[in-house]
Parts: sequence; C-alpha cells; structure tokens
Amino acid sequence: MSHFLVLPIILPALTGALLLFFGGRLAITRVISFMSCLVLLAISVHLLSEANLGAIQTYALGNWSAPFGIVLVLDRLSGMLVLLTSVVAVAALYYSMQGWDARGKYFHALFQFQLMGINGAFLTGDLFNLFVFFEVLLIASYCLLMYGFGEQRLKASVHYVAINLTGSAIFLIAVSLLYSVTGTLNMAHIAERVATSSPDDIALIRSAGLMLLGVFGVKAALFPLYFWLPTAYASASAPVAALFAIMTKVGVYAIFRFTTLVFGGAIGASVDLTSPWLLPVALITLLLAALGAMAAKRLLELIAYLTIASVGTILIAFAAGGTEGLSAALFYMIHSTLIVAGLFLLAEMISQARGDAQDTLHAGPTILQPVMLGIAFMAGAVIVGGLPLSSGFLAKLMILQSTAESANMPWVWGMVLGTSLITMIALSRAGSMLFWKTSYEVSASAKAPVTTQWLPVIFLFGCSLLMVIYAAPLKQFTNATAEQLKNPEQYIFSVVGQTLDRAPRALPKEAK
Amino acid sequence: MEFLLASALGIVTACGVYLILRGRTFSVVLGLSLLGYAVNLFIFAMGRLTSGHPPVIVDQATSYADPLPQALVLTAIVIGFGMTGFIVELALRTRNDTKSDHVDGQEPEQSSGSISASQDGKAT
Repeated sequence: MSHFLVLPIILPALTGALLLFFGGRLAITRVISFMSCLVLLAISVHLLSEANLGAIQTYALGNWSAPFGIVLVLDRLSGMLVLLTSVVAVAALYYSMQGWDARGKYFHALFQFQLMGINGAFLTGDLFNLFVFFEVLLIASYCLLMYGFGEQRLKASVHYVAINLTGSAIFLIAVSLLYSVTGTLNMAHIAERVATSSPDDIALIRSAGLMLLGVFGVKAALFPLYFWLPTAYASASAPVAALFAIMTKVGVYAIFRFTTLVFGGAIGASVDLTSPWLLPVALITLLLAALGAMAAKRLLELIAYLTIASVGTILIAFAAGGTEGLSAALFYMIHSTLIVAGLFLLAEMISQARGDAQDTLHAGPTILQPVMLGIAFMAGAVIVGGLPLSSGFLAKLMILQSTAESANMPWVWGMVLGTSLITMIALSRAGSMLFWKTSYEVSASAKAPVTTQWLPVIFLFGCSLLMVIYAAPLKQFTNATAEQLKNPEQYIFSVVGQTLDRAPRALPKEAK
Repeated sequence: MEFLLASALGIVTACGVYLILRGRTFSVVLGLSLLGYAVNLFIFAMGRLTSGHPPVIVDQATSYADPLPQALVLTAIVIGFGMTGFIVELALRTRNDTKSDHVDGQEPEQSSGSISASQDGKAT
C-alpha cells in the first residue's frame, strides 16, 4: 500500500492549517503555499504515472479494509483529474501572488483547503466521504468567492451558498436512501449490491440515483440548475474564478463515476439510469450557454457561460458516444478546464488594462498593451471556440467522430457545430468591442499587466498547445481511461474483491 | 411510529422548502435549517426504526440497531451547523452592505400597487 495516494489530501490540509499561523505575513505564506502547490504537482504526476500502469490502487484509511472503512481509490480518471487540478492551481496561485492575495489574511489557507476538498472528491471511494469532501470544497469556495468583499460578490454569494446548501440536503437524502437499500456506503460495494438488488428496491434505488444526478448537476451547472454560475463566477476574483473552472468538473466527475460504476450494468436496478435524461439536458445546457455567451454584458460573464458550455459539450459526448465518446469527453475536459482558467486570468488583465470601463462589453477607452492582450485574447478565442490547429478543434473533432454512428447524430452534430459558431460570434463581438471600438484616451486608472501576470496565462495556453503536439499519446491515455471506466468490474474487484467473501450481510437488513 | 416519523419529516421538509423559496434572507436561512433537521432525521430513519436494541455486538441480543446512520447524522449535524453559522453571517453582512435583506440584495420593483407591506416577503 503506497502512502502516496493520501498525500494530495493530506498535503493541502496540513499546509492550509500551517498557513493559519502566518496570517498577516504575506511573504512567508506565499512561499509555503506555492512550494506546497509545486510538491502537489510533482505528487500528482507520480500518481498519474502509477495509475497509467493500469492497476487500480486503493488506500484503506486507518487500515480498515474496504466495505468497513473508508478507502481512497486511484484509477486513471482520478489520477488525471488530480493532476489537472494541480496544474490549474499552480497557475491560479501564481497569478494571485501578483496582488489578489494581499487583500485579506487567509487567501492562501482557503486556497489550500479548496484544493484538499477537490482532490478528496476525486480520490475517495466512499459515497458519504464524497459528500464530506464536497462540503470541504464548498465552504472553502464560499469564502474564496466572497474574498475581497464588495456588494456584487455578496449578492452572488447568497445565491451560491443557498443553492449549494439545498443541494447538500438532497445529496444526503439520496445517500441515506441508497444506504437503506444496499446497507453500504462504499461506491464499489454499492455498485455490486445495486446490481443484485431485489426487484422491490428498484424504484428506491433509481430515485436515489436520479437525485444524485440532480445534485451533481447543480455542481456541474447543468440545465436547469446552472443559473447560479454566471453571476458567481463573474463576480469572483480572477485567480478564484480560474480555480473554480475545475470545480464544475467535480460535478462532471461524479456523474461519470456514478453513471459508469453503479448504473452502467445490464441487470436489475443498475441498468442505464441516466441516459434518457443526460443527452437532452446536456444539449439544452450547451445551447443556452452559447446564447448566454452571446448576450453577456461583461467579459467575465461571457467566460462563465463558456464554462457552462464546456460542461454541456462534455456530457453530450459522454451521453451519445459510448466508450469512444467518453474518451473524447475526457480530452475535451482537459482542454476546456485549462483554457477557461487561462481566459479568466486574461479577462482580469484586460479589465485592468482598460481602467474604469473594466470588462464591460461596450465601447470604452483605449486599452493598454493592445497588441499583446489582443493576440492573447484571439489565441484564447481560437482555442476555446475550436478553430483548426487548436486543442479545442481536436477535441470537438473527436466528439463528432465518436457520435457519427449514433442515432442522435443530427442533434449532436447540429448543436456542437451550431454553438461553436455562436461562441465564435460572441467572442469576436467581445474582441472587437474591447480592442477596436475605443476612444483615443487611456483611462487614468488603467494599469498595464506586468510580466509576472502574463506567465500563468502563457503557461495555461501553452498546456493547450502541448495538447495539440502530444495529441496522440494523450488520446491513447483517454482511450484507456474510458475503457477502464466502462468496465467497472476491475474497479469493484480492486476495492472490495479481497474482502467481500468474508463480509457478513449488512446489519440493517437482518436487524429489521 | 413509522407514520408519525414519516409525516413529521414531510411537514418539516415542506415548511423548509416553502421558507427557502421566500424572498428574504432570514426566512431562507430558517428554511435551510429546517431542511437540514428533516434530512438528519431522515438519515437516522434510514437505519431502520428500532428501540431498545444494542448497536454493538453482545451475546444476548437478538436484534441490533444500526450504528452507522447515527455516525452519519453526527457528521451531517456538524457540517450543517458550520454552514448555518456561515450563511447567517453572510446574510447579516449582505444586509449591512446592501441595506436590504432581500436575497437579490435589492428591493424588488413594485409591479402593482396592490401589494401591501405585509406581503412584501413573497419571492418575485
């Protein structure tokens, strides 16, 4: 049992706790927090390379074996997402050190707790533990969202907190409903029990499953549960919004995990639960997100809608394309997280270089550094819109290919291609407003972005370029990941296989 | 006992949902708390309703109470308590900064003159 597996949770937790002691001393907190992030990055690279060997690793917390204790599980998907989180985290944290973190005492501590929650949610193999990590990442995100205060942030926070608390309540109902039927909270064990459950319990299990889909839909910002996202993300500070780009992916991850593991079977209650819902909902999400991007009054709001659009696209590929579609969805997920995070950072630089006009999309003063910012914005728009030679193009091509044979092909192709066009129009409109339709004066409060602000943006955009150069090995990896997800037997065996024979029937059944 | 618990849960949940849907932060906070209580009781009930049975293995016992939901409820209570504390503080802060306790941070526009002050709390 390698202890590396628990480090992505322990390390940010300890760092965050340590940082509380250094509240006011910015220089020290910056060094500790950033070093910890770099170590986290190294650990996640190591974990991914181990996960990529094909075996599924488990880590029994406190050495209580699987169905009794809580286990952490590392497969290709969780390894990939932990790495993606730390890449985005390094960039966002570096950007925050250019001034954002100085506005309050505990930015870095909160940032680390947020990382702990996200990594925990990706790694845990226990349903109730997943709820706990959701709460950890949520409470850190509440604080980070309000970070710096301001009326706009407070208003957005009230909505965000209220909807997430309601979501948590429904999550708990679904978890306990599943527990009452299956008598276990371990996800692999649940999967097994669900597949062999008695016909009487099918209705209960499936309603619990759909409730879970709803809860994960809130986190992932699916239609009709996405209305909290644009205001929340648009009012967050740039590094926080960049980190939030990965948060919607936690919801997507949970949908992937649950749909493939528990409801991916062929018999009884486990039979394909979500697919009648997922595709139409994802299609509507994508369409509304693209229209929202078109109607956005601020650049940050536009990018927030692009976040929703990415979730829609990912789930379309997942719902319509089978194993190949899942692989394409994973590729798109990496691409969209990196580029949206980069765009959030870039948007703040643009807003700062315009001065008083900030990021509002109407004619304003001349922007500082117009050439650099303009080129960067265009590069970002090309990548996120999916024009040729960008990672977005490859990802969308894979999605189209994977759904070519499916019965829903006209819907999927029409929607993906149509919304790409709408997104491109929205981005061109934003670009021409920001860079061309300007007066001749420079706003007095405008500040040119400094080189250190550019680095994380270039880093994130560069990652997207790397995705194009190394597209073939990356696609092989996502293929293998999708393969692993679609065959949950390996997961179930790795988690509960060794102990299951000896496990007694769960108590509640006999205690009835 | 089942009927009593189930109807109590239903009523508390219904009240919670109604309050959450209202337009003032105070009622939303109350609604979220009520929903939290209902959920905690629900988790507890999902371990089956038993009375007088031991939760851990003893020789004479014929039947057991399920100890796990009790542990879960404990966790859920702790988290719920923290979250309630947070949202109360958030609501107060919003009330202070925006001079309004409406969830949107501003008073809704009066669409028709017939809305009296007492009905002001309705969500728009």
